[in-house]
Amino acid sequence: MTNSAMEGGQAIIRCLENEGVEYIFGYSGGSVIPIFDALVTTETKIKFILVRHEQGATHMADGYARATGKPAVVLVTSGPGATNTLTGIMTAHIDSVPMIVLSGQSVSWMLGKDAFQEADIFGMAMPVVKHSYLLRSSNEIPRTIREAFHIATTGRPGPVLIDIPKDISAGSCTADLHAEMDLPGYKLDASVDNGTILEIAEALAKSKRPLILAGHGAMISGAEESLKAFAEKAQIPVTNTLLAKGVFPETHELALGMLGMHGTAYANKAICECDLLLNIGSRFDDRILGKPELFCADATIIHIDIDNAEIGKMIQPQITCVADAKLALDELIPHVPVIDTAAWRKHLDSYKVKYPLKFKRKGSLKMQHIIDEFYKLSEGKACVATDVGQHQMWAAQFYKCDRRHNWLSSGGAGTMGFGLPACIGAAFGRPDDLHVCFVGDGGFQMTFFELATAALHKLPIKIVVLNNHYLGMVRQWQELFYEDRTSGVDLEGNPDFVKLAESFGIKGFNLRRPGDVKRVLQNALDYNDGPCLVNCEVEKTDNVFPMIPAGAAIEDMLIEPPKRKLEKPTGST
Amino acid sequence: MPNTDKPTHTLSVYVSNKPGALARIAQVFARRGFNIESLVVSAAVDGHFSRMTITCSGDPEGLDQIIKQMMKLVDVLHCIDHTFDKSVMKEMGLIKIAVDTGSRSEALQIAEHFGCKTVDLTPESMILQVVGDPAKIDALEEMIQKFKIIEFVRTGKVVMSRGQDIT
Repeated sequence: MTNSAMEGGQAIIRCLENEGVEYIFGYSGGSVIPIFDALVTTETKIKFILVRHEQGATHMADGYARATGKPAVVLVTSGPGATNTLTGIMTAHIDSVPMIVLSGQSVSWMLGKDAFQEADIFGMAMPVVKHSYLLRSSNEIPRTIREAFHIATTGRPGPVLIDIPKDISAGSCTADLHAEMDLPGYKLDASVDNGTILEIAEALAKSKRPLILAGHGAMISGAEESLKAFAEKAQIPVTNTLLAKGVFPETHELALGMLGMHGTAYANKAICECDLLLNIGSRFDDRILGKPELFCADATIIHIDIDNAEIGKMIQPQITCVADAKLALDELIPHVPVIDTAAWRKHLDSYKVKYPLKFKRKGSLKMQHIIDEFYKLSEGKACVATDVGQHQMWAAQFYKCDRRHNWLSSGGAGTMGFGLPACIGAAFGRPDDLHVCFVGDGGFQMTFFELATAALHKLPIKIVVLNNHYLGMVRQWQELFYEDRTSGVDLEGNPDFVKLAESFGIKGFNLRRPGDVKRVLQNALDYNDGPCLVNCEVEKTDNVFPMIPAGAAIEDMLIEPPKRKLEKPTGST
Repeated sequence: MPNTDKPTHTLSVYVSNKPGALARIAQVFARRGFNIESLVVSAAVDGHFSRMTITCSGDPEGLDQIIKQMMKLVDVLHCIDHTFDKSVMKEMGLIKIAVDTGSRSEALQIAEHFGCKTVDLTPESMILQVVGDPAKIDALEEMIQKFKIIEFVRTGKVVMSRGQDIT
């Protein structure tokens, strides 16, 4: 079936409508004018959000996707417009976030001839996309968009880029808008092998000290109910990765919270002492492993992952199961026995008592205090976006998550500047929920221009700037491992963030004393006329603990500030 | 570490014939520090697809990861390691040597032994065409070195599985 001819740009908008797109985050430019024109001529219901920088658009789309579970769309122009999306695409790629990036391109016959605003974004983005397209004909539009959404959202999700020369978006499209996909090389086999399930159940039955490691894959597959049922039936304690906060309630009695470099002491001790580790959808990131050859060296390791390339990449498991996490757990539940883990759980509970997460409420103002108080005042129900650094780790420690899609943080990429736009994107996707963004003064200044976007749409977001006038995490490393030789971390010359917010028409609060934390945060929560910002002047040289130095064994975790001089870390970051 | 210490592997890859497919595959090798020693690409019987034969060297554990990452590419239908199977592996070489009336007949004797064809002949030079498994071409190269080799071009290995096995 063919349609009566429409412009390529109009076909793009119609195809996006067919995919259920609500929002497009983007920035206009010469080579995408036909698509922007189609936003008007098609009278579409899709809402276009004009950002202030293309990187902001990608992080908004990312935040929208993480907070709703739905794929998000970015629309930018060619050349610098497209290259500005690379950081955001990379961030989404490593954290498996579904995103469709539509980039304009010079006209087809000028490709490779250095036309104005021509950049080979198809080539540049290749290592950081799940897949990408460079359109050669207007009639390819419907099939390509359908494939792009299918690829972005199925299997292990990820970003897909479609580069669209201007003559393609301006040309005539007569193809069926519901064109068939043509993806002979795209294999989706999420089915579960029954033999493997029985093998896992058998290994669990023999285990005395089992531990579940829940990763982002469990979150993406929507396995939260299955995971809870499974852990409760078998009585297995659960630790989660940074990205999996909320897939298993962190306030549950079986929960140990986040593991890894700055995870809880009890989660990391459980890793050291378990005799079986069941990894459900985590890629064994280097910030979890410490020293890979010593990681769970005496335990049986079982790895369930939908991506076969993750199996054996970092850790060679004894039992592997390439499958969707939810499907695997649902198969496993009837076969798993009740395991007598009473002694093991009691032992771990003693660690919870002995090594709790803690901070001082007196003296200088602490980031932990602010996050902890916000957690209490918001009853743990906020959708939390973070930036990257010390505040991110403290937010992970002190803002417990009990439901999925409420934790938005750049894990694999560690992209500073992610927090604010991600929070904005989440607020577009879930307008009725409470949204908070914990952000450091460094990362905030990388994308604060999106305050304009938040103000314009009167988004009810709470921006908590944890301002220590330092790039705190790097300063912490320099203090601990480089004899306190601080270098390139002093953020001298920060603006007055409250005045900055006010200049965008955003309400600002200052917070300087521990005694004011509750009152000021409550004022911010009560504020209901669009976004507000709380500038928190916090302790400048506080350090995050527990800490496993990069590349060190988990046994070498520092629970408190070390009294001895430390060697430089052997791991990368 | 020099790649010469690492075993050589022969992979066949069956891919959608789409722009960028080769670049995506090459990136997987480059990122993991593998050296592609030869690469042959041609259209498959069904023109929507291409056949690639890739010879590469590097750590075998890394190769397993490379195969998995290639399989993950949307354009790749399958990737098979033929290093240890009994597949047919062939290559063609063209060697241009400097010969004159005095040395020509000895060169032709060696050529005949290796089943070469003489595809170009001038008073000062000749081009020999050799087809066979790569070891045979290596052996010819060694034997012909007594003459001055002006140019030597090899196609790289192509591979095909025997019987009912797919390549």
